[in-house]
Amino acid sequence: MDALVQLLDATIRVSVPLLLACLAGLYSERAGVFDIGLEGKMLAGAFAGASAAAVSGSAWIGLLAAVGIAVFLALVHGFASITHRGNQIVSGVAINFIAAGSTIILGQAWFRQGGRTPPLAGDSRFNAIELPGAAALRDVPVIGTIYSELLSGHSILVYVAFLMVPFTWWVLFRTRFGLRLRAVGENPAAVDTAGISVTWLRYRAVICTGILTGLAGAYLSVAQNAGFVKDMTAGKGYIALAALIFAKWKPVPAMFACLLFGFLDAASIRFQGMPWPVIGKVPVQFINALPFILTIVLLAGFIGKAIPPRAGGVPYVKER
Amino acid sequence: MAEAAIELIGINKSFGAVRANRDIHLEIPRGTIHGIIGENGAGKSTLMSILYGFYQADSGEIRVGGKPTAIKTPNDAIAVGIGMVHQHFMLVENFTVLENIILGAEGEALLKTSIAKARSELERLEREYGLEVNPDAVIEELPVGLQQRVEILKALYRGAEILILDEPTGVLTPAEADHLFRILKQLKDQGKTVVLITHKLREIMAITDNVSVMRQGTMVATRETKKTTVEELAELMVGRRVLLRVEKGEAKAGEFKLSVKNLTVKDSRGVTMVDDVSFDVRAGEIVGIAGVAGNGQSELIEAIAGVRRAISGSVMLDGKPIDVIGVADPGELRDRGLAHVPEDRHHVGLVLAFEENENSILGYHDDPKYLKGPFLNIEAIMADAKDKIEKYDIRPGNPKLKTANFSGGNQQKIVLAREMEQDPGVLIVGQPTRGVDVGAIEFIHKRLIAMRDAGKAVLLVSVELDEIRSLSDRILVMFAGRVVGERGPDATEGELGLLMAGVEHKEAAE
Amino acid sequence: MSTPFAKLPAWADYGLIPVLNLLVAFAVAGLVVLLVGENPLRAAVILVDGAFGSGQNIAYTLYYATNFIFTGLAVAVAFHAGLFNIGGEGQAYIAGLGVSLVALTFDSVLPWWLTFPLAIAGAALVGALWALIPAYLQAKRGSHIVITTIMFNFIAASVMVYLLVDVLKPLGSMAPQTRDFLAGGQLPKLNFLLEALGLSVRSAPLNISFLLALLMAVFVWALIWRTKLGYEIRTYGFSPKAARYAGIFESRIIIITMMISGGLAGMMALNPIMGDQHHMSLDFVAGAGFVGIAVALMGRSHPVGIVPAAILFGMLYQGGAELAFEMPNISRDMIVIIQGLVILFAGALEHMFRPAVQAALASVSPRSMGVPAAKGEGA
Repeated sequence: MDALVQLLDATIRVSVPLLLACLAGLYSERAGVFDIGLEGKMLAGAFAGASAAAVSGSAWIGLLAAVGIAVFLALVHGFASITHRGNQIVSGVAINFIAAGSTIILGQAWFRQGGRTPPLAGDSRFNAIELPGAAALRDVPVIGTIYSELLSGHSILVYVAFLMVPFTWWVLFRTRFGLRLRAVGENPAAVDTAGISVTWLRYRAVICTGILTGLAGAYLSVAQNAGFVKDMTAGKGYIALAALIFAKWKPVPAMFACLLFGFLDAASIRFQGMPWPVIGKVPVQFINALPFILTIVLLAGFIGKAIPPRAGGVPYVKER
Repeated sequence: MAEAAIELIGINKSFGAVRANRDIHLEIPRGTIHGIIGENGAGKSTLMSILYGFYQADSGEIRVGGKPTAIKTPNDAIAVGIGMVHQHFMLVENFTVLENIILGAEGEALLKTSIAKARSELERLEREYGLEVNPDAVIEELPVGLQQRVEILKALYRGAEILILDEPTGVLTPAEADHLFRILKQLKDQGKTVVLITHKLREIMAITDNVSVMRQGTMVATRETKKTTVEELAELMVGRRVLLRVEKGEAKAGEFKLSVKNLTVKDSRGVTMVDDVSFDVRAGEIVGIAGVAGNGQSELIEAIAGVRRAISGSVMLDGKPIDVIGVADPGELRDRGLAHVPEDRHHVGLVLAFEENENSILGYHDDPKYLKGPFLNIEAIMADAKDKIEKYDIRPGNPKLKTANFSGGNQQKIVLAREMEQDPGVLIVGQPTRGVDVGAIEFIHKRLIAMRDAGKAVLLVSVELDEIRSLSDRILVMFAGRVVGERGPDATEGELGLLMAGVEHKEAAE
Repeated sequence: MSTPFAKLPAWADYGLIPVLNLLVAFAVAGLVVLLVGENPLRAAVILVDGAFGSGQNIAYTLYYATNFIFTGLAVAVAFHAGLFNIGGEGQAYIAGLGVSLVALTFDSVLPWWLTFPLAIAGAALVGALWALIPAYLQAKRGSHIVITTIMFNFIAASVMVYLLVDVLKPLGSMAPQTRDFLAGGQLPKLNFLLEALGLSVRSAPLNISFLLALLMAVFVWALIWRTKLGYEIRTYGFSPKAARYAGIFESRIIIITMMISGGLAGMMALNPIMGDQHHMSLDFVAGAGFVGIAVALMGRSHPVGIVPAAILFGMLYQGGAELAFEMPNISRDMIVIIQGLVILFAGALEHMFRPAVQAALASVSPRSMGVPAAKGEGA
C-alpha cells in the first residue's frame, strides 16, 4: 500500500510539468499553430523562474518571470509563424535552441555555479500545501491515506495544473473564445470572413501557450526542485507533445496521457534494475522510450487515429 | 428607380502588377436582384471582396444607403448590413450548423445564452424564408445545397440587408439552383437587395432585375435585364462577337481507341461519384462530357488517366485493359499513348515553381529521349522546350523562366504542348479553357480540332456548355455520377440543360 | 501553392536576403554577448582567430565542418521532397553502430582503406534503416514525419545508452564506450594537406571523411538537379498532386528520399568515431544532427550554400572553444544560441525583410521589378 501510494504520489509530481506543457500546446495547436518549441519555453521559464526567485526571494516573482519569458518566446513564435507566415516547425526548433543555449550562458555569467542557479528555500520556493483535515484523516484506512498522502501535500502549482484541465475544457467548449479558437484551427478563412481577426486570435492562443509553459517551467525549478540545473526539462516538452497527440488534442484525455507517461517515468525510477513479473528485467532505457514508442504506434494508426486540427501548421493567407 | 442600396465610385485595386479593378462605378438599387457578369478573371470577385471588406480598394469610395462608408474589415461590412456567401463556403466543417451561424456573432463571452438565443432566431429565419436546416447537424455531413443554405442563414442572422452571392450555382445541381433562385426571389420580396456574381448568362436572364458586365477589370455596361439579350451580354463580356461555332469539318470516326465499361468510382469519403458509366471514344472524334460541376466528370477522367482508383468496371485502351482498380500508373498509360490535360493546371498539370522547360517534360521524364542513363539530358530538354514554345506561341518565350510567371493562357499552352506533342492516340482534356484569355481559347479550340482531324480520339470534359457544343462530335451528359444521355453535336442548349438537370434520369427511375 | 511573397531578382533572393538574415542573427547574438558583460567585437575577433588563426585551428574548424556537411546535406535532401527530417541526430547516432561494428570486426585483419568503404556502407545503411521506419509510416500510414523523427531521436538515444552501457562496453571497463579500434579502424588524417600549404598542424582530428563529405556534396547536387530521381523528388516536394499526375509514386519518393537523407546523416558518424576518437562513446553526435537544420536552411538546401554554411558553423564550434578560454562567461553553448538564431532568422523569418528589400529596390529602379506577373485568375 505504502509503496503504491508513493509511486502514485511520484506519478503526480512528474506528470505536472507534462500536463501544463501539454495543455499549453493544446491552445496553440487547436488554433492551428503547431508548436514543437514547448521544450524551449519550459526551459527558459524554469531558468527565469529560479533566477528571479533566487534574486528576489519570492517564489511568486519567480513565477511571474517564468511566465513572462515563456510568453515572450511564444510571441517570437507567433511573430515568425503568424505575422511572417514562416515555417512553424522551423520556428519551434529555433526557440528550443535559443532557450537551451541562453539558459546555460546566462546562468553561468550571472551565478557562476556551472549553469545552476542558487538553491532556493523558504519563501523563494513553492512549498507543499497541507489540505484541510489532512492530518486528522491520516489514520483512516485507504481514503485517509489517499487524501492525506496522495492528494494533500503538493505545491500550489500541482493543484493549478489539475484545475487547468476542466478549465481548459470549459474555455474550449463553453466560451466564445474557445469556439473561435477551435474554428481558427479548422478553417481560418471562415473566421476571417466572420469578421474576426485570425492574427489576433492566434496570437492570443500562443500567449495562452506561453503562460502555461511558463507555469510548467516554474514548477520544475521553483516547486519540484530547489533551483535550475542545465537542461532540466530533458525532453519533457517533447513528451508533452507526444501526450497531446496521444490525447487527440482534447483536454481530459490529455490529463490521462500525461498521467500515463508520468507513471511510466515514476515506475522506471522506482523499479530500476528490479525484475518485473513474467517479463523479467526490463532495461530502464526501454521504459524511458516507451512514451515515444506508444505515440508512434498511435500515429501509425494501429490504435485509433490521431487527426490534428485541419489548418494546423499552415500559415493563413487570404485567397486571391 | 428606387434609391441605391450601394454605390461604388471609382474603385481601383491592383495585386502587384495585375490591375484587378480599374475605376469601377456601380449603383445597385434597393430591393432588386442585381447580376454582375463577366468571364473568369474579369475582377468580379475582387470587387465584391472589396465591398465585403476582405480587401481594401487602392482608391475609390463606397456608399451604403447613400452614405460614404469606410469598409475596412468584414466586420464593417456586417455592421452596415452587407452579407456574403462565398464561392468556397466559409464554414467550419466539424462544427454544427448552430456553431457556424454564431461564429463571430456570439454576442457575449459565454456560449450558453448566445446559443439559446441563436436557436430561436434561427427558427424564425427558417420560417420566414423557407430555409429549413437542422441546427444541430454537423456541416461535413450535409449536402452542398444545405451547406449553402447555412451560409445564407449566417448572413441573415447578422442582419444582412444586402446579400452578395459569389458564383453560387457552380456546385449546385440544377434542382438545387432552382431552389436557390426561389429563395433569392423571396428575399427580394422581403425587401432585401441581392447581388449575384456569375459567369452564366442563363442565370442572369432568369432572375436578375439589372445586370452589370465586367471585362478585364473594368465595368463595361449596366443594363436592365428585360431590355437586353444573351447575345448582347455575351458580346459585352468578351468584347466582340463570340464564335459560338468553331469551324470544323465532318468527323471521320475510326476504330475504337478507348472503351469504358461499367466504371464506378468513389471519392475519399466513400461517396459514389461515378456510377456504372460505359462509353467508347473512337479515333478521329471528340466526345464531350457535359454536366454541372461535381457530377462525377472530374472523377471519371481521373480514374481513366490513372490518377484515381476505381471501385469496379474496366477501361480498354486500344483493346488492352488498363488496371483502373489496382495501382494504375499514369506513366505507363502515357507510354501506351494516353495523354491527359488535367482540370487543375496549377496544382496538377504544372509545378509552378519549376522552370518552363522542367514542366515541358512533366510525366514524360521517363522518356529515353530526355535521359542519359539515370541523368537528365539537359540539352535535349531545352531544345525540346524551345521547339514547343515556338509551335504553340508560348509567351514570354523563355524556357528558363519560372512557370508561375506565365499567364493562365500560356500556362495552359505549356500543358497542351507537352501532351499533344507526344503524339498520343487518346487525349483526355479537362476544362481546357478555364481561366484562359479569349485569344488563347480560340487557339486551344483549333488545336483540339486539329488533333481530331489527325485521327486522335479526344475525350473532352468542360462545364462550359458552349465549349462542349461547339467542339464535340458526340455529347454525353453526366448527372449524379451517371451518363444520362447521349446527343449529337446539333443538340439544343435546352435539351442538354434538361439532361444536365437530371430530368429524364428522374423519370426513368420512377 | 501560390507564393504570397513579392518576387525579387535572383541576386537579391539568393544573395542579399540570406546575408541580411544572417547579419541580424549575429547582431542578436552580439546582444547576448553584451548581456553577459563582454565586448561582442572582441569576441568576434577571438572567434575568427580561434577558427582560422593557425593551421591547427583551421584543421579543427574543418573537422567540425565535416560533421555539418553530412547532416546539412541530409536535411536538405529531405527538404527537396517537402519532408522535414528532424531525425538526423538519431540517424547519425544509431549509424555509429554500423561504423563501430565494421571497425570492431575488421580493424585487426584489414587495412584502413578496406575498412573505410565497409564502414561507409555500414554507416549509410544503418542511418538509412533508422530513417526508413518514419518514412514508411509517413508513406503508408500518414504519420507526420516531423513528429515521428523527433520520437525516433529519443528512441535512438535510449537504444544507444542501453547498448553502450550493457552490451558494447568491454568487460572490466567503467566508461560506456566500445574498445579502442586498432590501426585498421582508424582513418588517416588530412593534416598533410594543410602542411602542404605551409601551415603547421600539431595534431588535429581533420581526416579523410572531410573529402568524403565534399564528395557527397557533389553527389547531392548531381542527384537533385541532374538525375531523373532528383527531378521526381523536386516535383513531389513542390506539388504532391502534380507528382501523382506525372506517375511519380508518393510512397516510393518518401521512402527513397528519407533513406538517402538518413544515409547521409549516418555517414556523419564516421568522422568522430573512426576519424578522431577511434572508439564509439556516449553522445558522440553532440547535436550535429540539429546543426544540420541550421546549415541546410542557411545554405538554402543547395550544396553550394551548405558547404560554406557548414564551415561557418565549424568556425563557430572551433572558435567558440577558443573563446571560452579567453572569455569565461562565454562557453561553447554560445554556439547553440547562434544556431537557434540562424534557424530563426534564416528559416522561420526568412521572408521578414522581403517587403522592405522590395520597396527599396523598387524605389531605386522601378524597371527592375517589372517581372511579368501572372494574370489575376479567379479574381
